[in-house]
Amino acid sequence: MNAQKLLELADDELIVGWRNSEWTGIAPLLEEDVAFSSIAQNEIGHARAWYELAARELGTTADELAFDRRPDEYRCSRLVELRLVPDWAATIARHHLYETADEERIAALKQSDDPEIAGLAAKIDREEAYHRMHAQMWFERLQDEPRFQTALAELRPLLDVRDEHTPELAELWEEMTMVRRSVAGATW
Amino acid sequence: MIYEVFRQERKGQAFAHAGSVEAPNEEFAEAYAREQYGRRGESTALWVVPREAVHEIDDFADELQKNYHRVDGYPLKEKLGKARERAEAARAR
Repeated sequence: MNAQKLLELADDELIVGWRNSEWTGIAPLLEEDVAFSSIAQNEIGHARAWYELAARELGTTADELAFDRRPDEYRCSRLVELRLVPDWAATIARHHLYETADEERIAALKQSDDPEIAGLAAKIDREEAYHRMHAQMWFERLQDEPRFQTALAELRPLLDVRDEHTPELAELWEEMTMVRRSVAGATW
Repeated sequence: MIYEVFRQERKGQAFAHAGSVEAPNEEFAEAYAREQYGRRGESTALWVVPREAVHEIDDFADELQKNYHRVDGYPLKEKLGKARERAEAARAR
């Protein structure tokens, strides 16, 4: 697996983690707030693990890959870039689309010839199993809602678009890297 | 719906009440309980029970104050003191 493919994966996880974390404190109910924040945190943790592998191949660090590239250098899918707060139906639609696609990707990575990649994928998959359970139970609850169906139809085509980014990614990047850029040369 | 969550800290230990979660159904309740009470390795198992399934009993008739029915209701200190006094009085005679 080349570093570019690893970056796609890591960028997806980082950005979807950030977007999901925007629900922290404002989710539809307190229990969901905890659950969804925990999923967001897991995704960012996965991003870090993948960035570390990519960083070794590229001779850099995970932090530099995560925060020091320009927005147009990110390889994430358009699906994860959108700011969907306060639309919970669309958020769950994205969550379900993302987790379904991610399941396939992780399954393939578990079969990788590179034992490090296969091992990491297996580890991550054990956490993802709970994300999928969460996505599935919400899917079943919302599947008959027209708002949810519309969101699914609108978001689905964005999944495989990686070359063109939305302006929302640049806005998120500003937020995400603000602290890191505030003190040039600082090591945190 | 409110679900009461009980958790077991170590295998073999009794389950203790951990708290409650609000969820639309059993499936959500399980997921939420897992997140709130099981995610940091603090539990080996959870029981998730709809609140209605818990029967609370809080009326205990004790009209005649039969405190000798209770482990803590039968203080020996006073009785021992009196017995000692009697024994000493008997010895003195």
